[in-house]
Amino acid sequence: MPIVLDHVSFTYQPDTPFAAPALHDVSINIRSGQFVGLIGHTGSGKSTLIQHCNGLLFPLAGQVTVDGMPVLPKGKDLKEIRRKVGLVFQYPEQQLFEENVALDVAFGPKTLGLEDAEIQRRVRWAMKMVDLEFAKFKDASPFELSGGEKRRVAIAGVLAMQPKYLILDEPCAGLDPGGREEILDQLKRLNEKGLAIVLVSHSMDDVARLAKRLIVIHEGAVVYDDQVRQVFSKAKELADMGLDVPAVMKLMMLLKEKGLDVRQSVLSAEEGQEEILRVLNHA
Amino acid sequence: MIEIKNLHYQYDEKMEALRGVDLFVPEGQFLAIVGHNGSGKSTLAMHLNGLLLPSSGDVTVNGLNSKNPSEFWSLRQQVGMVFQNPDNQLIATSVEEDTAFGPENLGMEPSLIRRQVDEALMTVGMEAYKDKAVHLLSGGQKQRVAIAGIMAMRPKVLVLDEPTAMLDPRGRNEVMNAVHKLNREERITVIYITHMMEEAVTAQRVVVMEEGTIVMDGAPVEIFNQVEELKRLRLDVPLAVEMVYRLRKHGFLLPESILTIEELAVELCP
Amino acid sequence: MLKDITIGQYYPGQSFLHLLDPRTKLICLFAYMVGLFMVKEPPGFGFLAVFTALVIAVSGVPVKVLGKGLKPMWLLLTLTMVLNFFMVSEGDILWQWRFLKITDAGVARGVFMAFRLVLLLNVTSLLTLTTTPILLTDGLERIMKRCFVPMAHELAMMMTIALRFIPTLIEETERIMKAQMARGADFETGNLLTKAKSLVPLLIPLFVSAFRRADELAMAMEARCYRGGEGRTRLRQLQYQGRDFGAFIATACYVACITAGRFWLKTW
Repeated sequence: MPIVLDHVSFTYQPDTPFAAPALHDVSINIRSGQFVGLIGHTGSGKSTLIQHCNGLLFPLAGQVTVDGMPVLPKGKDLKEIRRKVGLVFQYPEQQLFEENVALDVAFGPKTLGLEDAEIQRRVRWAMKMVDLEFAKFKDASPFELSGGEKRRVAIAGVLAMQPKYLILDEPCAGLDPGGREEILDQLKRLNEKGLAIVLVSHSMDDVARLAKRLIVIHEGAVVYDDQVRQVFSKAKELADMGLDVPAVMKLMMLLKEKGLDVRQSVLSAEEGQEEILRVLNHA
Repeated sequence: MIEIKNLHYQYDEKMEALRGVDLFVPEGQFLAIVGHNGSGKSTLAMHLNGLLLPSSGDVTVNGLNSKNPSEFWSLRQQVGMVFQNPDNQLIATSVEEDTAFGPENLGMEPSLIRRQVDEALMTVGMEAYKDKAVHLLSGGQKQRVAIAGIMAMRPKVLVLDEPTAMLDPRGRNEVMNAVHKLNREERITVIYITHMMEEAVTAQRVVVMEEGTIVMDGAPVEIFNQVEELKRLRLDVPLAVEMVYRLRKHGFLLPESILTIEELAVELCP
Repeated sequence: MLKDITIGQYYPGQSFLHLLDPRTKLICLFAYMVGLFMVKEPPGFGFLAVFTALVIAVSGVPVKVLGKGLKPMWLLLTLTMVLNFFMVSEGDILWQWRFLKITDAGVARGVFMAFRLVLLLNVTSLLTLTTTPILLTDGLERIMKRCFVPMAHELAMMMTIALRFIPTLIEETERIMKAQMARGADFETGNLLTKAKSLVPLLIPLFVSAFRRADELAMAMEARCYRGGEGRTRLRQLQYQGRDFGAFIATACYVACITAGRFWLKTW
């Protein structure tokens, strides 16, 4: 059972002089267990799109369903939909408010009306998923942690709802390379445990490394929705939309241009190295 | 020129953020400071214009010592500073008014303020936006306005503390280009703090910080060739450098001076 | 969305009123208000109506825009009017029910009161419609300084910063609200107490962030050599022009007419 957006259109403040169309006839689906990258430059409609997936925004035309449940304003399943589809906003550490980490992570499960024992179990589990040692961090104030730790507490807060789908808007923004590595590793592990992940990112390298499928959105419409390699092979079209390809692919394209017969759809430095070695050793 | 001698800084008894930093930056240099969060690079930056004062040691910019109260304001005028969050450093509602904030504080003549504001907005390419409300600009534009606000004070040194960390790729390019232009055309000394190695590569010199000290210092080529050391410090290396490193391991004698993919491509297919 | 609420919504233009010095506008507005409350009788209100219509015409702001600004005030206006109906006991009784009665004098007073409020609201909104927030704060700062109001510069700086950060904070409120809703927070249902409690996850992050912003802003201001109002100059110099004297003369005539009508003719 997937998240399905069926011919969804959305306009901010419709019927006013400020009307701003944001999505135009978008049809996509996110199946359980998938790892999807969502790219598009600022203002392309990415964040409007992801807010439709858990009922923070509702389509003006078209329909959204999550595992068969229609996403409707004041719909009876809205709570369950928001639980199933975890949404981590940009700079999520700004939503922390409790006096200690354990309480903050417990906020989500508490709104679900679970028993204390279950809440405790989920808090421990969620903190483990983001590599925050329970004993060490549970009593710490979320406001006194480092930037990377805060970010992980916020992600744990969403994980504690035990979502089936996890959507993250630029989860690595503003972190140093070490902090970024940690988050990306954790996402990879979560996906391997069966959680579907949608990663919204400006970093083509991050997307190339983790996602299997890539959705490109431009001016409120889905332009590409395909395997990562397929999408990145459209380097020129992407460039016209103000988007990049991973650095290693850029290198391979340059080499190809200069007459070295390398395969271009390469996603990691490792793959690139093998491909270059293959061609050079052959020659 | 900037001279830092044996600089120590202590936030409290337990936390020593800087433990003996020595650094000399000649006029007109473009210096990148890299290091992971908590390595002391922002603390160092805040010493350059007296936002923080040394616990021990000295910071001197063009002969002005930050510890000397009588030279304090001229130091601040000569060393401009741009911060990470574009929203939290713009003070006035319109672009032009904000750019004028620094010169106004210096008590300049209105006609002179007008001239310097116009010129500063021109150098960062924001002159067409001068009557716009700042909250409606993109991140990259806001950061350029912040830079213009500093440039309108006619500083000698521009310190930027992760100015692109909160921007999208387009905004990053805008800011990078503006800073390089200032360095090239106005001969501004630039201290550029970042953890994006693609940005550090474009500097003339790179300083790597770790636990409050400088652990590496040299031209980008010298720094980025120490791939293992950088990885130990939890820093990235640019892709071209990584690829050279990998290929060299497999016996390809590529020169170590390669920093960009363009250079690597030329080397691989001459 | 919240962020489209405009505070002191400026209506761009190049009219006589737009080009006036903000100080002129503030002083004239004050004089206008004094005149407004001196008038008590129909001929005076007639004069006020004509004068106000002239001012609106000169401003170049469409009546529709003014009307829109007035819309949220209708309730207040009607309430003022109706309350006044019942407040006056003199005059001929038009309608009576137990202790409640409406007299012709009461109706007259209610109508005049409402009329006065409409005029006042229109002319005050003309001030914000024809003056940018920056100029308005500038003008206020200078008038306050002239009147030896203590901390005039600080007050004006606070206003400037508030104007700058209102849209940013509104946007932030919206974002944090959505982030907490994604974690199951419910801001809509429940009684007053649960609703108040549900605001905690919104208000704490908002305060934390506002303090962080204030901290960073203070540092950025310091880095840009801010050290209070002492010795500070301004890019924009306010200087009275010929048209300002025109406005002052018109206002003086207005005050003179009303004074004459009220104390000499005694029919205004």
